[in-house]
Amino acid sequence: MSQAVISPANGRPSHLWRPSTRLALLAALAAALVALPVLSLGLTALSREALAVWPHLTANVLPAALGDTLLLLAGVAVFCGIVGVGTAWLVTQHEFPGRKNLEWLLVLPLAMPTYITAYVYVEILGFQGPLQSLFRALTGYRSLRDYWFPDPRNLTGAILILGLVLYPYVYLSVRALFGMQSAAIVESARTLGASRWTLFRRVALPMARPALAAGLTLALLETLNDIGASEYLGVRSLTLSVYTTWLNRSSLPGAAQIACVMLLVVVGLILVEMQSRGARRFSLPVKRLRPVGRSPLPRGAAWAASAACALPVLLGAILPLAFLFGEFLRRDLIAQADAAMLRSLANTLAISAAATAIVVAVGVGVAAAVRLGREPWLPAVARLASLGYALPGTVLALGLLVPLAAFDNLVADASRAVFGASPGLLLLGSGAALVIAYLVRFLSIALAGTQSGLARISPRIDDAARSLGAGRRELLRRLHWPLTRPAIAAAALLVFVDCMKELPMTLLLRPLNFETLATQVYGHASRGVFEDGALAALLIVLIGIYPAIMLARAGNGEKLAAGS
Amino acid sequence: MSVKSRLYAAALTSCLLAGPAFAQSVNLYTTREPALLNPVIEAFTKDTGIKVNAVFLKDGLQERIKAEGANSPADVMLLVDVGQINEAADAGITQPIQSALVDKTAPAALRGPGNNWVTLTQRARIVVASKDRVKQDAITYEELADPKWKGKFCIRAGQHPYNNAFFAAYLARNGAEKTEAYLKALKANVARKPGGGDRDVARDILSGQCDIAIINTYYIGLMSQAKNEQKGWYEAIKPLKSSFAGGGTHVNVSAAAIAKNAPNKENAVKLVEYMLGEKAQHLYADGNFEYPVNADVKEAASVKLLGALTPDTTPLGDIAKNRKAASELVDKVGFDN
Repeated sequence: MSQAVISPANGRPSHLWRPSTRLALLAALAAALVALPVLSLGLTALSREALAVWPHLTANVLPAALGDTLLLLAGVAVFCGIVGVGTAWLVTQHEFPGRKNLEWLLVLPLAMPTYITAYVYVEILGFQGPLQSLFRALTGYRSLRDYWFPDPRNLTGAILILGLVLYPYVYLSVRALFGMQSAAIVESARTLGASRWTLFRRVALPMARPALAAGLTLALLETLNDIGASEYLGVRSLTLSVYTTWLNRSSLPGAAQIACVMLLVVVGLILVEMQSRGARRFSLPVKRLRPVGRSPLPRGAAWAASAACALPVLLGAILPLAFLFGEFLRRDLIAQADAAMLRSLANTLAISAAATAIVVAVGVGVAAAVRLGREPWLPAVARLASLGYALPGTVLALGLLVPLAAFDNLVADASRAVFGASPGLLLLGSGAALVIAYLVRFLSIALAGTQSGLARISPRIDDAARSLGAGRRELLRRLHWPLTRPAIAAAALLVFVDCMKELPMTLLLRPLNFETLATQVYGHASRGVFEDGALAALLIVLIGIYPAIMLARAGNGEKLAAGS
Repeated sequence: MSVKSRLYAAALTSCLLAGPAFAQSVNLYTTREPALLNPVIEAFTKDTGIKVNAVFLKDGLQERIKAEGANSPADVMLLVDVGQINEAADAGITQPIQSALVDKTAPAALRGPGNNWVTLTQRARIVVASKDRVKQDAITYEELADPKWKGKFCIRAGQHPYNNAFFAAYLARNGAEKTEAYLKALKANVARKPGGGDRDVARDILSGQCDIAIINTYYIGLMSQAKNEQKGWYEAIKPLKSSFAGGGTHVNVSAAAIAKNAPNKENAVKLVEYMLGEKAQHLYADGNFEYPVNADVKEAASVKLLGALTPDTTPLGDIAKNRKAASELVDKVGFDN
């Protein structure tokens, strides 16, 4: 049975196909662009003096930082895996109260910047927060010397908070897969007497593996690169070492070396995962893609399922939102809704939309090149094009700064020589640098999304279409595009939300007089009054809600089945 | 998709290229907070007719100006922390500030080598204690290492730039061996893992988690003005007269520098001079409870709240030089673990 589904075919289009040269070129170009900051960083790291940072690091920093980082990653992986896969399974396979709304609500926490959620939880759980105040009122205790209360400012707190924000990456990718699962397998398994649990464990989970890996990769890279939340919560991560080496010890080359080593480790881990997945393919026969009927749950279990899906939404989105809204009211922040805020809003929307359009276009192009092209180097190039996500934002921005500024200076000098006037810094002065930075950073989201969509279309279908005389263009337009559209839409919305809340690169690469909602939030947080940024933070989340709803719809199995 | 993306691109370009037309302008690169600077910028534009274009950065300001090179639009840099300021000067992205007014207003000790930067305000880092549980009103930083504070001392991360500069000052005064012992003793006294922000220590004193802590003075000022629960944090603490044994209070600075390739150099000098004037010093220093360098400024908010400042005499340059070693010692004793 599984033979029919997990096709052992080699997945490469047959030799009859002429590789798409133009798409292959695009892929190479995209990879080169992503490689640019990595190379520039590598050049920065090539400094003999900077090697002097290593004895100190290995003796005093790495043992603790490695331990903390690994625990943080493991914790976030377990949290996101359980919550993401569990909720995705429930909403796709079962019917329970509130399912329809929970299906899109579960995406919402993603719109929260991690450092905002961290601040909010420190407040909520803090001494004067509602919980401790209530506890004191009930018990008569007066000071923290009299009782113990959970404090989020530690590794456990960081795991839970990052997990709450990042699990939707797993939820989204896994749900898309569960939603498209061939009804035939599920029904056969049920006919064969598999219990719900066996079905989940023996059939669904193994099939969800590529999606789980894709979602977890995003969540873990985001964790690895987080600086705001983990620093505030007191986690000594490797990324923090990059910053202290750069800023306190004035060694940018040393910092670049640490970042390069981290990058190598990340690449190694991704390779290991790919290797262990091996040559197995996870494509599905398209004709059986009718939706799996959701099975109703017994009353008690149904309510338990509702609660299980509502909890992450409540803790990850609704509680922080309610807190921000409370601060917004309490502080009369409506006064902040002025022309400057409106401009930040417009800037945020414009630059995120522009970046998303470009990121998705390039991502789809590269994915198509890998699917149709025959050049042996294409898969490697696609991997390379995904590297941007594996670097901390500030480090990536620093790496981009040098080549972008060099280009700008070249243009400015040349234009002065020819026209006698200079346009100033073309890329850094216009916001184009920011769009390029978003492209480099978020390309992997668009690429991975499109590829996971394409992976579900068996190469046999390509063969069939070709034998019926379909050209390459037709194959893309009439087969791949409609079938992968939901996956591409999902990726586009993820990219949009990520661009909107991106902070470190936006701070460093934006032009004069250019504020976004995220930089507004940061402006207040940097003075220690993050609550004053509540309006901007609320706007980020509210704009994120619309994509979240669209995302839920786009990922629906029904739509896809109807579309095919 | 392509039509859409073209539309977006067009919208974006029109957004970015449309700017108001001022005859005169000056471009500001700064790591200071927008809420603090905006009132000063508005006053400057109103008084001089010169428009200020600003970009508010965090880390990497120096790298950006360096990369932008000869065509960089940067005119003025407003920075915080003596380490960052010195590095900007060392990186060769500044130029000497040529202004008799600047020289007259700021004493030579508060100007960088070769006049490459000038201090605008001083920021003190002091000890605060619980009003209820701590009797004494003065303390030396050295005394914080006393075992009597075991389990009662709170501080943010040792690698944070504020503490990094503080430990660097300690190192400049006492040498590596004593500083390492000091850090170990401080670490032995902490009530909780070093972390959070400066204000959090005030909250932790209110909650009873700790009795004594280190904080930058302007946070005390900002909390005193707060209209929310932070007012309660403020009321739970008292500032102690803090000094190094045989020295003064640890201060760090905020400073201004003029970019090496400043396209609007004249306006840049005007802005720096303006920042040192009484009006701007009031706005800029009082807005954040920092100590103004202009001696003519009377009744600064910081002085009213905490009394006059007796800064420690360790040269700022020595503090900057010792940052790297201080940062390594913090790692070595596992201060933030």
